[in-house]
Amino acid sequence: MILRRRKPDALQGTLDLLVLKTLSRGPHHGYGIAADIQAISDDILRVEEGSLYPALHRMEHLGWIAAEWQTTENNRRARIYRLTRAGEKRLAEEQEKWARLTKGVARVLRYA
Amino acid sequence: MGWLARLRNSWSHAGDTFDEEARFHLDQRTDEYIRGGMTAEAARRAALKRFGSVALATDRTGDADRFRWVDDFRRDAGYGLRTLRRSPGFALLAILCLTLGIGANAAVFGWIEGILLRPFPLVVDQDRLFAVVSTNRGSYRDDMAWPDWLDLQRGSALVDAFIAEKITGSTLSVGDRAERTIGSVVSANYFDAIGVHPILGRGFSPGDDIGRNAHPLTVISYEMWQERFHGDPDVVGRTQVLSGLPHTIVGVAPKGFYGTFVGYAFQFWVPVSMQAQFQGGGYRLEDRGARWIEGFVRLKPGVTMDQAQAELSAIMARLERDFPETNTGRGIRLYPLWQTPFNGAASMRPTLTVALGVVLAVLLIACANVGILLLVRAFARRQEMTVRLSIGAGRGRLIRQLLTEGLILATIAGAGGFAIARWLRDALALIAPARSGITPRFAGELDWRVFAAGMVVCLGSTVLFGLVPALATSDINLADALRGASGSVDASRRAGWLRSSLVVVQVALSVVLLVGAGLVIKSFQAMRAASPGFTTDGVVTTALDLIGAGYDAGRARILQDELLRRLRAVNGVQSAAVSASTPFSYASFAMARIAVDGYDAPRDQQPTAEFNTISADYFTTLGISIVAGRAFTDADDERAARVAIVDETMGARFWRGANPVGSRVQANGQWMSVVGVARPIKMHNLLDAPSPYFYVPARQNPIRNFAFHIRTRLGAAALRPLLVAEIQTLDANIAPSELLTMREQVDRMATAQQVALPMLIVFGAIALTLAVIGLYAVMSATVAQGTRQLALRAALGAEASDLMRLVLARGMAVTAIGVAAGAACAFGTTRLMGYLLYQVSPRDPIVFAAALLVVAVSAAVTCLIPAWRATRTDPLQALRA
Repeated sequence: MILRRRKPDALQGTLDLLVLKTLSRGPHHGYGIAADIQAISDDILRVEEGSLYPALHRMEHLGWIAAEWQTTENNRRARIYRLTRAGEKRLAEEQEKWARLTKGVARVLRYA
Repeated sequence: MGWLARLRNSWSHAGDTFDEEARFHLDQRTDEYIRGGMTAEAARRAALKRFGSVALATDRTGDADRFRWVDDFRRDAGYGLRTLRRSPGFALLAILCLTLGIGANAAVFGWIEGILLRPFPLVVDQDRLFAVVSTNRGSYRDDMAWPDWLDLQRGSALVDAFIAEKITGSTLSVGDRAERTIGSVVSANYFDAIGVHPILGRGFSPGDDIGRNAHPLTVISYEMWQERFHGDPDVVGRTQVLSGLPHTIVGVAPKGFYGTFVGYAFQFWVPVSMQAQFQGGGYRLEDRGARWIEGFVRLKPGVTMDQAQAELSAIMARLERDFPETNTGRGIRLYPLWQTPFNGAASMRPTLTVALGVVLAVLLIACANVGILLLVRAFARRQEMTVRLSIGAGRGRLIRQLLTEGLILATIAGAGGFAIARWLRDALALIAPARSGITPRFAGELDWRVFAAGMVVCLGSTVLFGLVPALATSDINLADALRGASGSVDASRRAGWLRSSLVVVQVALSVVLLVGAGLVIKSFQAMRAASPGFTTDGVVTTALDLIGAGYDAGRARILQDELLRRLRAVNGVQSAAVSASTPFSYASFAMARIAVDGYDAPRDQQPTAEFNTISADYFTTLGISIVAGRAFTDADDERAARVAIVDETMGARFWRGANPVGSRVQANGQWMSVVGVARPIKMHNLLDAPSPYFYVPARQNPIRNFAFHIRTRLGAAALRPLLVAEIQTLDANIAPSELLTMREQVDRMATAQQVALPMLIVFGAIALTLAVIGLYAVMSATVAQGTRQLALRAALGAEASDLMRLVLARGMAVTAIGVAAGAACAFGTTRLMGYLLYQVSPRDPIVFAAALLVVAVSAAVTCLIPAWRATRTDPLQALRA
């Protein structure tokens, strides 16, 4: 399980990347984001609520995402997050960083 | 949202929407599980389980939305206030202790600010003001001469303004009333230079300080304007008789301006050109040898004292070359305002220094006390702390929580302390001896600097008393603490040790303060018992200022003779005499350059001696014995040969054992034959070292400004109306100054001790009270926590007296350590109060013993109550609990 609290720096970045990527497909609430990540990863990635919401609020303060209260189709009030312009830029950067990281790790694994 | 939004959230809790967000999440998850086939109830449970700790998520999300410290502080403050309200007794006691400590500090800070650092209200740029004195061969302090003052002014590039002044008394005639008042002779630039602008009229103009008696102008104080002129808006241009001469009022000083002299509130100012009218000794503006100015300089911005000192010293060196007659050996020295040697600052500085030490000690004791109270309470709150730790509160949070509570206490106490300081602002003027017609002014100043210093004290004390208990309390071993409600033996032992050390500190400090108080009391007794060399009982003294009343020498002499004749005729008066100066008065004695037949002074050393001009009965009236030769008689007048009487100190110094009677002495160029030798007396205060002193007869050396002394069986109160009546018969325009017994006159010179005595006694008592409270709290807590142990002993057969002895021994052991530490501390520090002590060793064994005894007995009595309670322990109940 990669989303443990113990190693905040690298993994927090990963969570940010996952959230931003999910939101790039359209606005969503916290539960939906978690569900999407889980579904798309075929149950490999399970986002913990205790980490997700602090991350969402933090990114909101950083201006990468914006939030507003909306009523969902089943008539519940939900806080819907959407990607901002700054968030899009950030996503690109994070993706780039992630690609480099995995490429590096893959090379090491192949030759070591 | 940025940091601003977070700050707003921190205060308003606007970001508190996470509950709803979490609820939505849980609802969605529950739906998902229900769709997966669970029952509603099971689905809810599973959703909650999957979510984890909602509280934790809320907390962490909140962190993102708010600045944690602001929120924590709000929460801690609210929590702290509720806790304090739940234990009002504790809160009240703690606040009381701290209020005393902080209040005493704020009061002393205020005095230091108002008396030493910024002593002159309304005067601008006081940090650039420096006092100026003249030096003689580098050491002797003297006033400045006017021609030198002008030369310095012309030659200096670093000084902004030279402010000359000299305190002067005057007789103020209003209608048929004559009263003494106090004012100052000042340079014409005075009001401009100090930046004080009269509210009516103007200050003096350039040129007002030139010429002899050429500018009879005066600026009066706001009080004088209100009291004597009833706030008359047309007062400018009217005349006021000062020192027998009508002066035109040119201005009224603003309210709250008291002049530039520490100790008195001045009522009028006249230009220096009027100097001869207000002071004896003739016209001095053109006399380089006449030194009478007590002045200040204001330096240009950025100039340091050392730079100005160097420049002015260079000018003085030039004057020394140009005027060797008057200026040989003469230099100049600058002092920061708080070291001013010539006004009340000089007498108050050492007292305030000791006061500062004393109040800091009281504050320390108060802090230790609150620390003990917090520790005792913290121990009672261990359960709460343990629970909070176990549900995940960080130790840092816990410490912050306790410090916040401390800060609340300190803030309330700080507010109370400032109220006390405000109330004590004028307390020093009340203790300081009053003089009739003269308003003493030793006011504290509570400005932002004092406030800032007070805040530092508040915060410092919070850390002092709050941090130790906080650290001790938060250091809880969770496993141990949860196992047994009474807490681990280890931790309780550690807390007990801490409390005991705080008590040791308190007891030690109380001992130091009590020793200090004891030493001052003993000095005071010694001073009262000490003989100044003249009789202090049955002699009353007062002064008449005939210069101020406009008399010339001839008229003054007639009045003197007539007054003495009338006084001697009063029933109950045994003898009466006049003299130019009164021993132990503020006014300095005249000083003369002397030469003695047969005595060769070492090269470049001019022997000097102080002298007094006296009438015939002076020695009899003051009870000073003549050891050789004779006293003066009325026959020693201007037609007879000039005579003098020297004291034994002068005889021993200049005649080296030979009898001076019959040989000659020269003073200020005038030869006189010595007709007698008098026993030496103390002249300024009881601490005086003997120095050469001589007397000359008033009939050969006319005096217009004199004191008279009356030996009488009547008290001062009974004599006063008689005296005033006699004077008024002779001249309704003159008024005597205050009528004092010689005893009072002597006591007045003990201002420092008089101020220090009540202060040390009061603070010593407060310190002891606080220490006793602390000791009581500790002993009570010890007994309360040791109940099980005591009960066990009782169950095993210990008698009540054994238990009592056990508790008492514990309390007395702590006291003994404190007393020993205090004695050692006092032993090392009391010599710092050297100037306050008179004929008492700073290590006086009796005072030390008394202080130790007082502390020990108070401690023993304090321990008795908890000890008695220990004997009442019911073993069954205590062991079952």
